[in-house]
Amino acid sequence: MMEASASSFVAPGGPALRARRLAALLAEPKVTLGGGFILALILVALFAPWIAPKNPLDQELMLASVPPVGFTGAEPGYLLGADDLGRDVLSRLIYGSRIALIVAFVAASLAAFIGTALGLIAGWYRGWADGLISRLVDIWMAFPPVLLSILLVAVLGAGVGSVIAAIAIIDWTRFCRVVRAETMAQAEADYVVAARAIGFPPIHILMREILPNVVPALLALVSLEMGIAVIVEAILSFVGLSVASDTPTWGGMIAEGRQFIHQTWWLFAAPLVALFATVLAFNQLGDGLRRALDPVLRR
Amino acid sequence: MIAIAVLRRLLVAAATLIGVAIVVFALLRVVPGDPVSMMISPGASPADIAALRAHYGLDGSLLSQFVVWVRYALRGDFGVSISLKRDVLALVGERLPATLELATAALAFAVIVGGAVAILGAMARRTWAEPVIDTVTGLLLAVPDFVWALALVLAFGVVWPLLPLTGRIDPSVASGMTTPFYLVESLLRLRFDVFFDLLRHLAMPTLALGLPLAAVIARVLKGALNEAMAQDYVLLARLKGMSELRLVLQEALRNAIGPTLALTGVQFTFLIGGTVIVERIFAYPGIGNMAIEAVINRDLPLIQGLVLAFAVIFILINIAVDLMVALFNPKLAHA
Repeated sequence: MMEASASSFVAPGGPALRARRLAALLAEPKVTLGGGFILALILVALFAPWIAPKNPLDQELMLASVPPVGFTGAEPGYLLGADDLGRDVLSRLIYGSRIALIVAFVAASLAAFIGTALGLIAGWYRGWADGLISRLVDIWMAFPPVLLSILLVAVLGAGVGSVIAAIAIIDWTRFCRVVRAETMAQAEADYVVAARAIGFPPIHILMREILPNVVPALLALVSLEMGIAVIVEAILSFVGLSVASDTPTWGGMIAEGRQFIHQTWWLFAAPLVALFATVLAFNQLGDGLRRALDPVLRR
Repeated sequence: MIAIAVLRRLLVAAATLIGVAIVVFALLRVVPGDPVSMMISPGASPADIAALRAHYGLDGSLLSQFVVWVRYALRGDFGVSISLKRDVLALVGERLPATLELATAALAFAVIVGGAVAILGAMARRTWAEPVIDTVTGLLLAVPDFVWALALVLAFGVVWPLLPLTGRIDPSVASGMTTPFYLVESLLRLRFDVFFDLLRHLAMPTLALGLPLAAVIARVLKGALNEAMAQDYVLLARLKGMSELRLVLQEALRNAIGPTLALTGVQFTFLIGGTVIVERIFAYPGIGNMAIEAVINRDLPLIQGLVLAFAVIFILINIAVDLMVALFNPKLAHA
């Protein structure tokens, strides 16, 4: 994955600049398409009890493994068919979006928070603080991330909280590296030199002067990280380490579908398509944000 | 000068490895459960348990436990796997070749396909083909190996069942192999039946791991080639009447390869990390699949050994990439 680098943001501007940035955002089709899909998914997750045609946990054993509508033997009312216990696949998909989005938003925000804080410190103070943080990043990068996340969840115990913690603990390095480099570049800029000359304390300069200029690069990274978080949650559910098995998750549905893939392929295909579309949307949104907010790329 | 740089690099690598060892060690002490009680057979006497505890230094403080562990590790004794009751180093050694063959196959696929697409893309710039190439590489980049692996399972395992869904080799042809490097051995011994069976099993995991990397290479190399093609020396060569293909291959490629190489190296470590879940999906018997099994079984010594094995591979790749980038960039080598 390529890192965003918005290197030359001029001093923070007023409402005019904000309006221009918003216009640039909406003019970028990747932002509107990717963002639109995510927005729709958020609504689906929020209103799942009203949207889902069935209770995702209700078993109709008489209707076990009926195929999706349009295939022979389909059952009206079960649009995407039913699983081996006769549970409605569409309803389980809809409820599964809840876990995926919760993990995406909370884990990505946490990772961004930790990484940004450490990145600001390393980039501003340099010296031994930078040395320590950069060594830590080196050590972190020497772990295979999937293995580390599985290991962490095994240590912390299965559950959504553990999945979120594992993702934040592993992926803060992505933010730290970018923010550190950005902070170093910004620290040389005239407006920061001026702020120092006035005598602002470092905490003020970091939070009020440098951070706002790092935010555009951060936003794109956060969106990409949300896509990664959705994948990691799916991987952990797939391995059987995420939430309890009675809560529907896309990864759990994929793992269940994998067992009977030759007989009931739709149990495998439906959550896979949902996962694919969601990850693609987060990725396109991140890519679009980077293009729209980075003046160097926009030229 | 270059010797000092290499030495510095090795020192950083050693420090990183020690850091990884500390993190793994600390993590595994937090795991609930006593490792020794899981290691012994049910009929062991208290004296046996105490002896085993003393052997692995588990009776001392956390720090002394770590020192004991490092001392044994330096001798090649990483303990005994709890679930498999065998020496950890031997187990890792048996499974590592399968992962190395898979990772190498995926890298080779990515370099060949990604490189070819980049060269085609550079030749087709500003034609209808360019946006097609950009869209396909963008799509391949957006979705990771886990999802591609599952999509391949659906495509070539179910819808169009061409390839075996699991395993590394058909057990009926595996018996003749004497080394764990099946792919290399079958080729050297001209056992093409075995070789093709291996390739059929390798195809899907290789594609899943190699496609995103191929897209990275295609995108970065194509960008670098396009940039090089706009330079004066290429214009001069073109005025001399050099063909477009020769322009790309002889003039532009030489200057575009450096940055691509550095990025490919970093991405290759991501690919190795991806083997963990991809091996799991295809039940491929490498160290990644074994690592997930070890975590599920809470097999602490085996987890420790496997994580260290991955860290060593990552660090070695990073050193190799740094050296190669220096070799390809004379300016850097003298600096």
